[in-house]
Amino acid sequence: MGLSNEIMIGSLIFVPFIVALILSFVGNNTVRKVIVYFSAVCIMFLSAAFAISFLINGKTISFMPETEIIDKIMLGGEFFLMGIIIWLSIKYKKLYAAALSIVQTVGLAWLELSGKTEHFKLDHIYCDRLTIVMVLMIGIIGSFICIYAIGYMTDYTHHHTDVKDRRKFFFGMLFVFLGAMFGLVFSSNLIWIYFFWEITSVSSFLLIGYTKTEEAIYNSFRALWMNLLGGVAFAGAIVFAVIKLDVINLSDLIICDNKMLLFPLMLLAVAGLTKSAQLPFSKWLMGAMVAPTPTSALLHSATMVKAGVYLLIRLAPAMQGNSVGYTVALIGGFTFFFSSVRAIVHSDGKKILAYSTVSNLGLITACAGVGAESTVWAAIFLMMFHAISKSLLFQSVGAIENTIGSRDIEDMHGIIRRYPFLAAIVIIGIFGMYLAPFGMLISKWAALKAFIDAGNIILVLFLAFGSATTMFYWTKWLLKIFAWSDKTETRKNQTSIEQCVSLVGHVVLMITLVILYALVSQKFVEPMISEFYGHPVGAVISYTDMIIMSCYVGVIVLIPLLAILATRHVKVTKTNAYMSGINRDKGRKFVDSFGKERDLYLSNWYMLDIMGSRRFLNISTVIAVAGLIIGIAFSIGGAF
Amino acid sequence: MKGGLISIITIAAYIICAPVIAGFLSGLDRIITARMQGRRGPSILQPFYDIKKLFNKETLEVNKTQFVYVVCFFISIIITGGFLFGGFDLLLVFFTLTTSALFLVFAAVSTNSPVATMGAHRELAQMLSYEPMVILVAVGFYMVTGSFEGRDIIQADMPAIVKLPGVFIGFVSILTIKFRKSPFDLSASHHAHQELVMGITTDMSGKMCGIIELTHWYENIMLYGVIALFFVYNSWVSIPITIAGILVVFFIEILIDNACARVKWQAMVKAAWIVTIITAGINILILQCVK
Repeated sequence: MGLSNEIMIGSLIFVPFIVALILSFVGNNTVRKVIVYFSAVCIMFLSAAFAISFLINGKTISFMPETEIIDKIMLGGEFFLMGIIIWLSIKYKKLYAAALSIVQTVGLAWLELSGKTEHFKLDHIYCDRLTIVMVLMIGIIGSFICIYAIGYMTDYTHHHTDVKDRRKFFFGMLFVFLGAMFGLVFSSNLIWIYFFWEITSVSSFLLIGYTKTEEAIYNSFRALWMNLLGGVAFAGAIVFAVIKLDVINLSDLIICDNKMLLFPLMLLAVAGLTKSAQLPFSKWLMGAMVAPTPTSALLHSATMVKAGVYLLIRLAPAMQGNSVGYTVALIGGFTFFFSSVRAIVHSDGKKILAYSTVSNLGLITACAGVGAESTVWAAIFLMMFHAISKSLLFQSVGAIENTIGSRDIEDMHGIIRRYPFLAAIVIIGIFGMYLAPFGMLISKWAALKAFIDAGNIILVLFLAFGSATTMFYWTKWLLKIFAWSDKTETRKNQTSIEQCVSLVGHVVLMITLVILYALVSQKFVEPMISEFYGHPVGAVISYTDMIIMSCYVGVIVLIPLLAILATRHVKVTKTNAYMSGINRDKGRKFVDSFGKERDLYLSNWYMLDIMGSRRFLNISTVIAVAGLIIGIAFSIGGAF
Repeated sequence: MKGGLISIITIAAYIICAPVIAGFLSGLDRIITARMQGRRGPSILQPFYDIKKLFNKETLEVNKTQFVYVVCFFISIIITGGFLFGGFDLLLVFFTLTTSALFLVFAAVSTNSPVATMGAHRELAQMLSYEPMVILVAVGFYMVTGSFEGRDIIQADMPAIVKLPGVFIGFVSILTIKFRKSPFDLSASHHAHQELVMGITTDMSGKMCGIIELTHWYENIMLYGVIALFFVYNSWVSIPITIAGILVVFFIEILIDNACARVKWQAMVKAAWIVTIITAGINILILQCVK
């Protein structure tokens, strides 16, 4: 059994890299399609099989104490990444990125080459239930995104003739990303985690710059420097942990009983905050939308940002009740509220999704920062549901964009009548983000309860107000979709079969997970948290409530059905909507004050005057930076 | 088992009695309002006559889906009230309330009428204003009684309002929005004094309008149910106190309605949020500190 685990973990990490290598040489579209399909399905099955075998065994896996050769290869890899960054920053004259990269790589190389890490003979690979959650998320959602990308990129190259077709590179990068994520979650050694962490930073940088337009390059470098800043913090944390605390494994670090722990903990938390795009680092994720949709879906849902919250959740037990924890929790809560306010003013669908990602990650971060058993429980569920819903939403917006030629929610006016399939998918995705009975809402509910139990009233207030603003921007979008429209548009739905496979797959996943909520909590998440804290932990919300929510899924389908049945035979008279008698052409036009007919156009409401001001944005950044600096100062003060 | 049976009885009582009680309250409202304005006012049964008339009138609809959403709204509000009176989790009640409120705005936008669409957006602004307070009500009850569940909250040793005066005041203030009363009757006005015609309900007529009215009755009783939670505790004495409390709130709402002119949405959001922070926020902070 032990051997097969090693083989499985090894292949989960290596297969994506090998596939990436193959794909970067395949130019033929059909061959690429077959390879991507095949390997995505393989990865999906492999992760599922691994998860099942783990669950049957139920034991934490850890192995591989001797890794001298691999360490050397990784060191070479780090220098290779540094080389890429230096080359590109010279090419585009952004030398600060090169400087950041050199600092961290040289620092770590010194640490390794000076032999300070040689005496550690600890397991490098570690796998517990949290790893399994991540593996399933990366393996299933990530693979779905790759499948979706096949169809999407064909359309994309078709529509964007001005962009050079670099699909070889693109698909290669997608799989590199998956491999790096697997490596990250399986590693226990901080240097290993750091190595994969850097791969995700660099590959996201390369993916964001896919189109090579000026905007794309600008945004990709912003993503790079912010993530490299996190990388510097990460490297600093490793150096400090090794030299001062004599610790190299993440799992040993968090149980380390030393007041100097606060400092590396804060640095790692900063790394987590940059990667999960919390304020003041949230801008890079906004810029990331210039990339083709599969990239956004990947960055926002299953990978990249989830690496950040994954790290924070791992650190959670150590953050409970200290200055680092308070800082992280408050930044998270603050980000949750302010990003949801920012989302109100936008009409670009992907932008709204991006703000919502940042906002929801803020909630997860806040949960991790509080670090209590119950908040971590909520954080795990929030993470799972967010990954599925957000991936689904990005993909459906991408599909809509390919079909109607715009991702602006104003242009989605009445798509429920024009493209019922796409509209239904978006609606399910949005419902999944904030409405009863779907996962995000139940988890938010749990988070609320957990915050009260933990006695953090500020977070309760952030959550109460943030929920209202969240409700507002999602509902606004729904209003557009549910609006009435002509079926005049004749453009065909261009969603490819690959896209549909992925979309429907996500919907099935989401609904299954809601129905199985109580089961997942009991059999999986509760043991996970108990393992984290070393004592039995129960569910945050009662099983009765979870089961009510599961049944509710049926009710939410039943209500419209009942309503349709009830209204079917009622005698009604058709009429036009009320418009003071100035409507023409069945309400498509109206007569203006000069007696001329004009097209009727109904726009959404964005509250630009209040929430859209630059000042508002600047204030939130300043507050977040100040909070972060105070937090770091406290952690230094506490540590020395 | 016994708890389950009681829940079923109270839910059934809610479904049957709510429209009757709400109808009488509505009639009373109209009489008191009329007296405040120096008029005589209609008979107390007038709301029932009105609703009967609505159901007998011709129903006009702009498109098929509109009626479906209206019925969805009706069903889900009843479910919400059922959760409350069945003694379930308060957060469950409030989240269901949000979901049901959405059906009303869907019904409005599905007509593509500019008036109704603007009404729908204003309805959203109203929800934006009152949501935080509603969540904090649940938070307050949880901090005082250790449970979100209605059936546990009413078993407390003393009325929750003793420890939650701020939360209570905050909730009563946002009730003005939920009851669609001045100064916050932005999305659908019962009085013919706003530029939005009937706002969100403009394109609803006949049976549809009747159902909307009926739904509001159910919703109002549900909201009074939440008010009742502030007063009820494990003693028979609490019942007359509760009824008195509800009547006082009822009267205050009418007074506010008649004394205030309608404000703009910006003022509403600001006012509601500031009141929420000052009343409920401080109340909860104090509770946390003395714990």
